[in-house]
Order: sequence, then C-alpha cells, then structure tokens
Amino acid sequence: MSGTTFPTTDPVDFLVLGAGAAGGVVAKELATAGFSVVVLEQGPYLREKDYSHDEIKYAVQPGLTNDPKVQPIMYRRSEAEKARPIKAIEYGRQVGGGSVHFTANYWRFHESDFHERSLFGEVSGASLADWPVSYADLEPYYTKAEYDLGISGLAGANPFEGPRSKPYPLPPMPVKSSGVLFERAAKKLGLHPFPAPVAILSQPYQGRAACVNCGFCESFGCEVRAKSSTLVSVIPTAEKTGRCEIRPNSYVRKIEIDDAGRVTGAVYFDRNRRETFQRAKAVFVCANGAETPKLLLLSKSKRFPAGLANSSGLVGRYLMWDNGGSAQGLFDHPLNEYKGIQVTRLIHDHYEADPKRGFYGGGAIDARFDYYPISFALSGLAPDAPRWGREYKEMFTTYFSRTMTLLAHTSSLAQWKNTVTLDPETKDAWGLPALRITFDHHADDIAAMKWVMSKQIELLQAAGAQKVWSQSLELADSMPSRHLMGTCRMGNDPKTSVVNAHSRTHDVPNLFLVDGSNFVTAARQQPTATIQALAYRAADYAIGAAKRGELI
Amino acid sequence: MDIITRRDWFSTCLAMAAWPELSSGQPPRFETLDSATAVEIEAITAQIIPSTGGPGAREAGVIYFIDRALSTFAADDRETYRTGMAELQKRRKAMFHDSTTIASLSDQRQMLLIRAIEKSDFFELLRTHTVMGFLGNPSYGGNRDKVGWKQIGFEDQMTYQHPFGYYDIPGNEK
Repeated sequence: MSGTTFPTTDPVDFLVLGAGAAGGVVAKELATAGFSVVVLEQGPYLREKDYSHDEIKYAVQPGLTNDPKVQPIMYRRSEAEKARPIKAIEYGRQVGGGSVHFTANYWRFHESDFHERSLFGEVSGASLADWPVSYADLEPYYTKAEYDLGISGLAGANPFEGPRSKPYPLPPMPVKSSGVLFERAAKKLGLHPFPAPVAILSQPYQGRAACVNCGFCESFGCEVRAKSSTLVSVIPTAEKTGRCEIRPNSYVRKIEIDDAGRVTGAVYFDRNRRETFQRAKAVFVCANGAETPKLLLLSKSKRFPAGLANSSGLVGRYLMWDNGGSAQGLFDHPLNEYKGIQVTRLIHDHYEADPKRGFYGGGAIDARFDYYPISFALSGLAPDAPRWGREYKEMFTTYFSRTMTLLAHTSSLAQWKNTVTLDPETKDAWGLPALRITFDHHADDIAAMKWVMSKQIELLQAAGAQKVWSQSLELADSMPSRHLMGTCRMGNDPKTSVVNAHSRTHDVPNLFLVDGSNFVTAARQQPTATIQALAYRAADYAIGAAKRGELI
Repeated sequence: MDIITRRDWFSTCLAMAAWPELSSGQPPRFETLDSATAVEIEAITAQIIPSTGGPGAREAGVIYFIDRALSTFAADDRETYRTGMAELQKRRKAMFHDSTTIASLSDQRQMLLIRAIEKSDFFELLRTHTVMGFLGNPSYGGNRDKVGWKQIGFEDQMTYQHPFGYYDIPGNEK
C-alpha cells in the first residue's frame, strides 16, 4: 500500500475519485508531473496474492465487482415501470477497478466512431452525435496508453484501424485453436482476421513477467501481474513519486462546492463508515459511467439543485449498453479453449454502420471460449439442450474441450430515456440511494445484434463446426452491462453536454469527469482503450492549466 | 457475458430466513442439513448429474458442497431449499402414494418427479448448485479428487504451453 499519506484538512492539489482504468492513469500523470494527489477508491486494495482461479468466488459471486447485497441496483425498462432489484450493471470495485478483471481486449475506436452522426445522419428516437474530438486528437494518447500500460498486438493487421504513430510495444499473444479456426473461416469468406490487441504481456515488460497462459482472465484478477491493469502498471508508478496516496475502502457520498462555484473536496465514508472530508484544489471524478453520474446527482447544492455540474440536465442520461450475441460451434478435435487468454483473433469487417442495411449499427466478432467449467455446464449448451440427466452430462463433459464461441460486440444508440438516476426508495448499506437504471434497447440495436449473429453463424459453419448453436440475445434485463458509457456526455455546447473536449465540466472550472461517462457513442464496445486515452488527454490538459495557474 | 445462468441474476434478493431446528442425532459431517434431508437432496443431484459413464454428483460429493454452501455464500438460499423440498415431498406423495422417501424411489420415478418440477426456480437453484459442486474448486467440498474436471478434460494447471489444442498445432491448420 502507498507509503505516502496526506492529512484530510490541508487541500491536496488533486483529488481523484475512483482508482480504475481512468483514475489510475490520471493519478499517475498528475503525480509524475509534480502535483499532490489523493485517490479515493470504494473497494479494497488487493494484490496478485489475493487472487485465485476460484470460479465460484470470482465468476459466480461478485468477488471483484459491485455486490448488490450491499449496493442494490434497481432496474426498470421504462419510466412507467416500477424498478426491481436486478444487478443490471457490473463494475470492478477495487484498486484498479474494471481493468483488474476485464478480458483485456484493447481496441482503438475507428476514425468513423468520432463523427458517425455526420457520416450516417439522424436516427429516429436516438441522440446520435459527433464527438468534440477526432481520432487524430486521441491518437497520441492511444499510443501513450499502449506503451505506458503494456499492450500486445500487431500494428497494421487490422485494415480498418486509423493511422497509428507507433507499433504496439509487444507482439501478439500465441494463437489458440479458436483463433486458427476463425482465421481460416474468415479468410474463406473474404474477411480480414487479425491478432487481438490485448492488455496482456506477451513478453516481459517494465519489470513484469509475461503471461503464463493460465486462461483465467475474464472476471479474474491476474495472479502473475501479466494483465496490464492500472493496479500493476501506472498506480505503482504514481505511488513511487511519493506524491500520491491511494486510499482504499473510501466511499464518496458528496462533492462539496463553495460560493464561488468551485469544488473544494469530497465527503466520504472511510473503512469504518466514518464520514471524512478531504480537501482539494481540483477534483477528477473517474468512478465509471454509473457511479460518476450517481455521485453528481447526490451532490446537490443551492447552485446546482439538480446535481453538480448538471445545468444541462444531462447528467445520467444517454446510458449505452454492452451489446452483442454469443454463438457456439462444436468441433471434431479438442480445442482446449480454457488454456490461454480468452481472445486471439477477431474481425472488424462488419463494424461500420451502413445506411443500406436499413438500420444504424454494426459489430465486431471475436473468437474465444467465454466459459469456465461451471458456466459452460450451466449456460454454454444450446438453449434447447437437456438441462439434467444422462444426456445432459454426456453433452457438457464431451463438449467442454471441443467448443468455441464467437462473441459479437455491437452498437448501442444513445437515447434520452435511458438513464442512471437515484432510486427514491431503496438505500444501500451506507444509507445512500441505490442506483436506478432505466434502460431499453433501440430497435436498431436489436437489428444490429441479429444481423451480426447471422455472420457469427456463417463463420462457425465456414470453420467446419459439426454443430452450431447460439444463445438468446443478451437483452438488458437478463445480463449485466459491464461497459458503462454515455452518462456525462462530452461536447462543445454546455446545453447539450456535461463536459468539454478535455473532460472538464462546463459548469465548474476545477471539476473533471473522465471515464466511460464521457462517451458520445458506444462504438462497437471494448471501451477501455478509449477511456484511458481520454484520461491521458484530460490529465495532460489539467497539468497545463494547473501550471499556468488557471486551475489550482 | 456468461458466468452463471440468466435466472440466477434474478435470484439475488431472496430473504435470509432462519433454518428450522435440525433433528437431533445429526451426523457431524453435515453443517447445515439434517441427514435425512441430505439423503433426499443427494438423490436429486444424482439424477441431475448421474454416475453414467463416470463419477456423478454422488461420487463428487455434491451434497457436501451444498451443505457447506448453505451455511456460507448461499445462506440466503436456505428458505428456498426448505420450502422447495417440502413441496417436493408433497408432490412425491401425490404422485406415488406408496412411497416414503425420494431416495427410495426407483430411477424412473425419480425422473418423473423431477420432470414435474424442472421448470421451477427451486429446481434451477438445485441444478446450479449441483453443477457448482461438480465443477467448482474442490476446496468447497465437492468435485472430490477433481472428478468433475477430469471428465470435462480440464487439467487445472497454473501454466500451459502453446500449442493448447489440436488446431493450433503447427501443420494442423489445414
């Protein structure tokens, strides 16, 4: 744990709320630039020795994610419904946040993602808009993230990616059987498979050892520090400066503001649930696309009666979902997909939206397994397969080693009616209002999922699968969304966005928000690289402003 | 994605309820269940994952997994088990008047009984726990001698070397 500690009564230069994918990056950038930083993190400070391959602990139970028993999540499809307790969203809740337990897919967004409204036009019922930044604006920060964190991949292999200033710092991971079969099928169909870019070390890097192919990436913490989470990369760098304190088990309930309209720090519950106020000259909220708007909505004041930095009324609006479908193929020989990282090959051929299809959207498809022993036996077989008995046992025991998944990652349109709000009745274990998710899919999102699913089936057949089946589409009330995007939209106009192009709130000069909440569009999922590129860019801007005396 | 059955996401908010007093003379090896109930539950788990073609739920010790689960991470499910088993016994009596226990029913009758409840939330919970006890980490009391993992072909090592399967062996790409 951090050796440096700061008193709560003296203002630190920067207070960072959330030690996840974005918060870790921001803390490291600010501390190495010479500023004092305190990072408040809801969850505990765990290390690689605390992790294991225990599927029950980390995949069945919320070992590394928000626990609805202490922090209930309420869900409803529309305002007309009464919300029910359903774990509709899931996020990493420890130092390192979601970067600890994510599958580690690390895609740059395409150039088109930043101006789809101009390219595609208006979509009825949705709020499709251009970002105030372009791919070219973010490119140096994507590159910085790839080198700072340690990303493996093959530059130029994805023909649909925008220009890059540098290759990946590390070569791709070894291809699995799913990758070989997928590559063969994709090429047969005239598509463009490429090695998956991942936040996992294919070779030793910056004092960390290479991946040992144990296979427990998705939902698990890495026991050998080969997954390039902020926990093992930038956070230790921040702490080594002696100017950064990571304060775990610190759950923020309110950001305070003074009469001049500047934030002054945050009130939080410490590990003993005592309320503490940490003073700061400027604040970065990096709490994720659900917790960031929740905190702003909790931080009401005379100046901001509808929530902090919410003069637009858009805090919590335009929530976008983690969309995509899952299809399985059974092959003659063992693939042993449980060995090695989840994804080694993918395609972006169906990524771009095309008005000729009759709907907005598209998707990417990756080859993986996506199951562990328990989850495969419970939900990996075809929906009409036997669920118990002799035939059931024969199926899951003989299919486990011979099955692969094609997983799609598809578009999700921003809609005014899809929100994160505070539940008026249900409280969490600290007495704070529970998060309430109001979400329903746009018809085009369902159309895109179905269209991409037809491509997944076609690919599995082309790969020579002896049997192909698909899971029913993962609609909002049946599976939690782990990609929390769009609830504090970025834009140039303070009336139609919450933060500017540098993730600074339009309303409060010393308040920044940077995480998935900034997203104007959801691209084709895999938000982590873009969250971190935005974090580097926002930190860069804040450092400049602070040095010029404009900020602190 | 994936991880656990969809229905399980809905069953997160079952109320904690006190397990009724257990009968005396409970063998020390069970922490939560009385032995009579344990025998009945075990009979159902052995139909969910039978001992055909290799060890099943019974040999994997799934009932010990369930017993421990109900006093630890699945303590909230005790009430579901209590009411679920009570209803199942009623149904057994209604379906097979001459019977005394689930465990003593013939294979065929046990399967008929399960078919009658296979769409219920209780059965889904029992199925989930049976699979967890068969394929979960042995430290939870089930998957004895890793019999579940061995049957699916999961090797349980900390490291693996490439190639991992048949198709990534150089020359097998076709």
